[in-house]
Amino acid sequence: MRRHISSVVAFVVFAVLAWGVTAEWTEPGGLVSEARASLDRAGARNPVTAVLLSYRGYDTLLEVGVLLLAIASVWSLRRVPSTEPHGAERPLLGALLELILPLVVVAGGYLLWIGSDLPGGAFQGGALIAGGLVLARLRGAYEPRDGVWLRLGLVAGLLVFVGVAAGTLAAGGRLLEYPEGRASSLILLIEGAAVVSIALTLGAMYLGGRPDRGSDEP
Amino acid sequence: MSPDPYLLAGAALFAIGLRGLLAHRNLLRCLLAINVMGSGVFLVFIAIGARGPLPDPVPQAMVLTGIVVSVCATGLGLALAERLQELTGRAELGEDDP
Amino acid sequence: MLALLDVLLALSLVVLAWGAMADPDLFRAVVKLITLGMVMALVWVRLQATDVALAEAAVGSGLTGALLLSSLRRMRGREAERDGARKGQGG
Repeated sequence: MRRHISSVVAFVVFAVLAWGVTAEWTEPGGLVSEARASLDRAGARNPVTAVLLSYRGYDTLLEVGVLLLAIASVWSLRRVPSTEPHGAERPLLGALLELILPLVVVAGGYLLWIGSDLPGGAFQGGALIAGGLVLARLRGAYEPRDGVWLRLGLVAGLLVFVGVAAGTLAAGGRLLEYPEGRASSLILLIEGAAVVSIALTLGAMYLGGRPDRGSDEP
Repeated sequence: MSPDPYLLAGAALFAIGLRGLLAHRNLLRCLLAINVMGSGVFLVFIAIGARGPLPDPVPQAMVLTGIVVSVCATGLGLALAERLQELTGRAELGEDDP
Repeated sequence: MLALLDVLLALSLVVLAWGAMADPDLFRAVVKLITLGMVMALVWVRLQATDVALAEAAVGSGLTGALLLSSLRRMRGREAERDGARKGQGG
């Protein structure tokens, strides 16, 4: 019964949506021209990066906050052992990792660096490195401990972002209003810290819970 | 690249995910459904932004943010479902079936 | 010609999404979701959203898939334990 009602509801929703998206749209445009016109003042030649870290920087700040909130919530729900029990059963993965992990780190750093001008950015680079962390975890090569360093890495992105935001307020401007000529360097600073946080957060999310404490706990 | 087939596909994905979310009780399937619905929404956003000669960066940035938040939600949802299973032995909604 | 490619990609998205929701085997459903994400990445490139394509391939498909698969394995493990314990008690 429940299945049939849900199918009917879904079909009605689809009909309404299909009618809506195929309506006669007004001239396409949105904010394309405005966004592209101010790229040099925004500090990035990649318009998506300019939107993310210049025009809508506050949204991205909150997004980094959401990452931290999510991992804090996951940590509060479950504990997981730091060691991966089946790591030794994957020798081929180990051989692959020796080749791939350095490349992953380089590629992630490259995506971060190139993100200002070409497609890329902190999220893409951080996600790639997180993928490397997941592979390393599967092999048993990544056994994170809940200690100062991990926690520092998890909050670094948000800290730097809030710091820059507070700095812009203190310098007399509006929130995240970068000073003239400093925009691209500040964007790189924020993205650099964000890459670390994103990689560690997504890697920690794969664990599914809080790992063992550092050296304090037996 | 006319985005029209993608607009309809986005609407379809949303509806398919919605149907799955309403019909299934298994929490993992509900998380799959939410992911499919999200993909549908992203598709409509970007397809609309791709209509002009140059792609609109604003919906692309929004979808980028959406993807990251989506994976956070999935991760948290999975942790909740596993915790529920650890505590009660089941990862299903509702008490209808034994 | 490219319009045909768009129609085919859009159709494969719908088919994959339907499969992800309708497959009775949960593992196959998750695999279909991962595939959906990968095809999505291609669609993003078609729609000139390259940054989104990078993020979708890495996060939307890769990491979400890894999360779902590892959770699925743990949950099935717990289910098997519970069924084993119950059989031990009932028998």
